[in-house]
Amino acid sequence: MTEGSQSCGGSCGCGSEAGKVDEGRRGFLAGAVATGATALAPGVTLFAYGTAEAEAAGADPKKRWGMLVDVSKCVDGCTGCVTACQTENGWKTTGKPATDPQWIRKVTLRDPKSGATRSAPVMCQHCAEPPCADVCPTGASFKRADGIVLVDRHRCIGCRYCMMACPYKARSFVHEALEDQKPHAPRGMGTVEGCTLCVHRVDKGVAPACVEACAKSGGAIMFGDIADPKSEISKVIATYATMQIRGDLGVDPGVRYRNL
Amino acid sequence: MSERSSLERLIVVVSLLVMTVLAGIIGAHAGEVPLPTVPKATAGSCVAPPDVMRRSHMSMLQHGRDLSVRQGERVEGGRLTGCIDCHAVSDGKGGHETVSSPQHFCRACHDYAAVKVDCFECHASRPEPKVKASDATSEVPASALAALADYAEEVAR
Repeated sequence: MTEGSQSCGGSCGCGSEAGKVDEGRRGFLAGAVATGATALAPGVTLFAYGTAEAEAAGADPKKRWGMLVDVSKCVDGCTGCVTACQTENGWKTTGKPATDPQWIRKVTLRDPKSGATRSAPVMCQHCAEPPCADVCPTGASFKRADGIVLVDRHRCIGCRYCMMACPYKARSFVHEALEDQKPHAPRGMGTVEGCTLCVHRVDKGVAPACVEACAKSGGAIMFGDIADPKSEISKVIATYATMQIRGDLGVDPGVRYRNL
Repeated sequence: MSERSSLERLIVVVSLLVMTVLAGIIGAHAGEVPLPTVPKATAGSCVAPPDVMRRSHMSMLQHGRDLSVRQGERVEGGRLTGCIDCHAVSDGKGGHETVSSPQHFCRACHDYAAVKVDCFECHASRPEPKVKASDATSEVPASALAALADYAEEVAR
């Protein structure tokens, strides 16, 4: 950038036209504190990037979002988390179970010897070493800096390698054309989808929809930053025995289970 | 071939050319060049002047989508969502037109230019119906506009 050689900063107020334009651009690029306004034409004003925009900060590499499911609190037959996910992200059954979306599902486990059953939600486990991202030929499957594993549908070609690579069957393919998707959860025919850990809510500082719904009926799911030892979730993980599903695979899931 | 016949041919060609050019000029003056009918937006002003938007909206959207999806750098009100909310076209029944209608804001120009737009294979092409009627035409927050405007400025250079 040629402007880089100029000595005046974004807030120099040197008054020149170039200086004024620079003010806006610098502010934007550096996320600067100053708020400058540039009048382009009558009625059209450009505001430089402001400060108190927590949302604009982006994914924090120091964090790792994760969940802890206390299976003993998960009520058999309750599908509150699944319903909440459907409502939040706008997916529903297509009437064809073989090709239904699989953002989150309730799985019932049964010990054949004792007959004891356990019920637990299974969704994308947001692995630290996601196999879906490893196999993706276009870079559409990726892990965000804060550990959330997503599909960038702008790059997804619908090859479904990630679906085969995922040990948790956490992804599904959209077979039919859709309309009126949720603005915060775009999804469309010919692309792969899965749990986003409600990334649009997390970026706003709100817990995922399933966690919120579960808190009203059992409170089995806990959400938080598992990279921060002071967080509530980390303390529980450090205190009690928890496990990762198929932890032997070495993919280090961000979703842990207790009392499974 | 005689000299005369080639001269005659030249005259025919030149007069044809002149007629074509004249027809074009007269046609244009008579308002026969069709232009797209672009629906008006609901809010006051856009993030950038119309000529910048016409030329650069695709780059702005592409820039914004990578920030949102991959970096998690979101803007309040959303980027594409902000455009959709402001440029919604009423269907006369209390709702808004989807991209399946030729009256849809994006389609008005894209049909004219014969450019396929595939945003709406995944994104909703009309605003989400709001519970509160007062929110339906809520203004796009300044922060959302600011980021786009700055980018527009950069692209326009």
